[in-house]
Amino acid sequence: MAQAISPPEAPGAPESAPGTKEPARYSSDAAGLGKARAGVFMAPALLLIAAFLVFPALWVLYLGLTNYRLTGIAAAEPQFVGLDNLLDAVANPTFWSSTWLTTQFVLGSAVIGQVGLGFTIAWLLRDRRGPLKRVVEGLVILAWILPSAIVSFLWVALLDRDGGTLNALLGIPGTAWLLDHPMLSIIVFNTWRGTAFSMMLYGAALGNVPPSHLESARLAGASGWQQLRDVVFPHIRGHILTNLLLISLWTFNDFTPFLLTAGGPDGKSEVLAVHVYKVALQGGELGYGAAVSTIILLINLVVAVFYLRLLRSKK
Amino acid sequence: MALRKRSMGVVAVITAAGLGLAACGQSSGGGGDTIELTIAQNAIAGGKNAAAAKFVADWVIPKFEAAQKAKGKDVTVKFVPSGVDDEQYKTKLSLDLKSGKGADVIDIDGIWAGEFAEAGYIKPLAELVGAEADSWDGWAQIPEAVQAMAEFNGKKYALPVGTDGRVLYFNKSLFAKAGLPADWQPKSWQEILDAGAKLKSSGVPVPIQINAGTAMGEATSMQGVLPLLAGAGGEVQQDGKWSGASQPLKDALGLYQKIYGGGLGDPRLQQEAKGRDKSFQQFAEGKVGILMEGDYFWRGVVNPKTGVAKMADRDQTVGYAMIPAIEPGKGIKGQDFVSMSGGALRTVNPNSKHPKEAFELLAFTLSPEALKEETKDGNVRITPRTDVNKEILAGEPLLTFISEKVLPVTAYRPPVALYPQVSVALQEATAAVAGGTAPDQAAADYQKKLEGIVGGAGNIAS
Repeated sequence: MAQAISPPEAPGAPESAPGTKEPARYSSDAAGLGKARAGVFMAPALLLIAAFLVFPALWVLYLGLTNYRLTGIAAAEPQFVGLDNLLDAVANPTFWSSTWLTTQFVLGSAVIGQVGLGFTIAWLLRDRRGPLKRVVEGLVILAWILPSAIVSFLWVALLDRDGGTLNALLGIPGTAWLLDHPMLSIIVFNTWRGTAFSMMLYGAALGNVPPSHLESARLAGASGWQQLRDVVFPHIRGHILTNLLLISLWTFNDFTPFLLTAGGPDGKSEVLAVHVYKVALQGGELGYGAAVSTIILLINLVVAVFYLRLLRSKK
Repeated sequence: MALRKRSMGVVAVITAAGLGLAACGQSSGGGGDTIELTIAQNAIAGGKNAAAAKFVADWVIPKFEAAQKAKGKDVTVKFVPSGVDDEQYKTKLSLDLKSGKGADVIDIDGIWAGEFAEAGYIKPLAELVGAEADSWDGWAQIPEAVQAMAEFNGKKYALPVGTDGRVLYFNKSLFAKAGLPADWQPKSWQEILDAGAKLKSSGVPVPIQINAGTAMGEATSMQGVLPLLAGAGGEVQQDGKWSGASQPLKDALGLYQKIYGGGLGDPRLQQEAKGRDKSFQQFAEGKVGILMEGDYFWRGVVNPKTGVAKMADRDQTVGYAMIPAIEPGKGIKGQDFVSMSGGALRTVNPNSKHPKEAFELLAFTLSPEALKEETKDGNVRITPRTDVNKEILAGEPLLTFISEKVLPVTAYRPPVALYPQVSVALQEATAAVAGGTAPDQAAADYQKKLEGIVGGAGNIAS
């Protein structure tokens, strides 16, 4: 990579102008010692990253090229099968339906649900003080801090067709939400559960929008929507994109839908994370599961790169 | 400089703490002369198979420890409970065994023996324990068909814990309302459908419930598609060849279509994550007319004392009948009635540090005294031992019925490692039909999947 630290000095120029003296540089020995010291300090972190991120990722990559299984002869003597697992995945209709369901899940609950609802709540509460704000924030955050297993259990009871609270409230007994509308149920659940993060992030971001800018816009006759579009959004664009990146990736890899529907009925809520669990751990096909995990990793990378480019594009 | 010193100090503390934690994580290797054994079952106090969990905790452990003490051995036993679906239990067990861990004595489903043996997770008992495994006196009391469940490639890998059979349960109160007899015994599938239609017109919410779909895993195979397949004269594997989209399979799937497409069954009960449990509950509440299940249903579900869906009036209200063939004489081997049998196995974990003592514990749980104790207080089941069965089944009409009428016409699943994958494909075929797919299409899709599982069309009977 080309280095462009400073332009070449003009001949005859003084070594340094008075008052513009460069900071003292380390001698090469001192620099070397500094690097060594930095290396020592970074070593534990690098080792941990290698042990818990790089090695498992490479291992999954390798497993995806074998017919490794949880039981049977392929558990004891796995064979190298090259790209067979990937080809099997591509030829598997369940893989494609899972990919489509995952897309719905991410767009519905993360991009539209959590971001939309989180921002709306943060916007409505931005100038408020007092008990209402605390109660609303408390309720939203409660959904976020409770363990997944517990809230999933509560929602299964809430959405149950016989005696479920939602049916009782709506007066429509017999509606099997998790069976008849599995993805809608999961999207609503995940929106409810994850909105707190967005709300807090946008709450903090909105606090940084200078009131004078909004005041000026108001005086210039801008409508509420125009204030949002032309003042607020440009100001918190980075926050929005960072949030989108984080919650998209979380949602993409979220396993919670399994706790609500176990991927059913008949695969109608089998998002990719659940698909991997079902084929790898329930079905014992670890090699195939690893191959699908590799595909998920690649999709995650593409999503991450897309958001990061968007984030940098107008910074 | 002070900062650097402090940083170095922090690193040193973290490193030391890490090493300390790592040291804590290492096994102490057992202390002194005490032998510690663990026994794992998919049973838990107050939950799944609660009676079995109670029996191990309250009787087996203290009695075995006392017996060992009398022999001069200091042995302590711990129970490792689970209360999960069989598929989850299998996954946990597989991961335990794969990582060289797990309890010393473990319960597995009979059908897992092949794939566990191939993976090296379980070993022939004689190899692990020595000659005493083959010379165990209990073998003489166990019928050969039941012994065969614990064998793979001609070697004994475990002791059989028991066997079972499938019947049609029905609610006599609902039958009376529909004008059906209390001693109902259908002789063909049509008679089941006719009874279902009468139940429906008398207002029963779910006239017939036959397991379908993947949500309930192997239960769909054992209490659903396999008995129907047998009733239509088919077997999942015969003479080394797997059955594909055969006429018996199409017939079996056709019955699913008549039940779930014809409004006689509730397909949602098949699809829900806890659908099987819900169907049990609904049967106990008098909402299901006919239910195909194993004797576990009688012992562990509607058992008035220990069931998960207790029926106080079980003995008066619940009737049972043999599963008929599609038509008389059209079942496998020309039978009029059919059933499927399975059974659990109990074996010694090859990772055990004390395999001989583990086998002693294993054999102890299958001693006549233990089996008699376990089956007290209404917890009767068909044990593997004929000497014990004679005594304990005496006061149990259902189990006597299964033992005398059902077991002679029963069939077993192929004891091969590929079977569990084939079973899943069959479950998917039933799910498709319950969801509206035509039986012929579901059978064709099954054949396609089967080819992938068993290594091509050459291994499938035409």
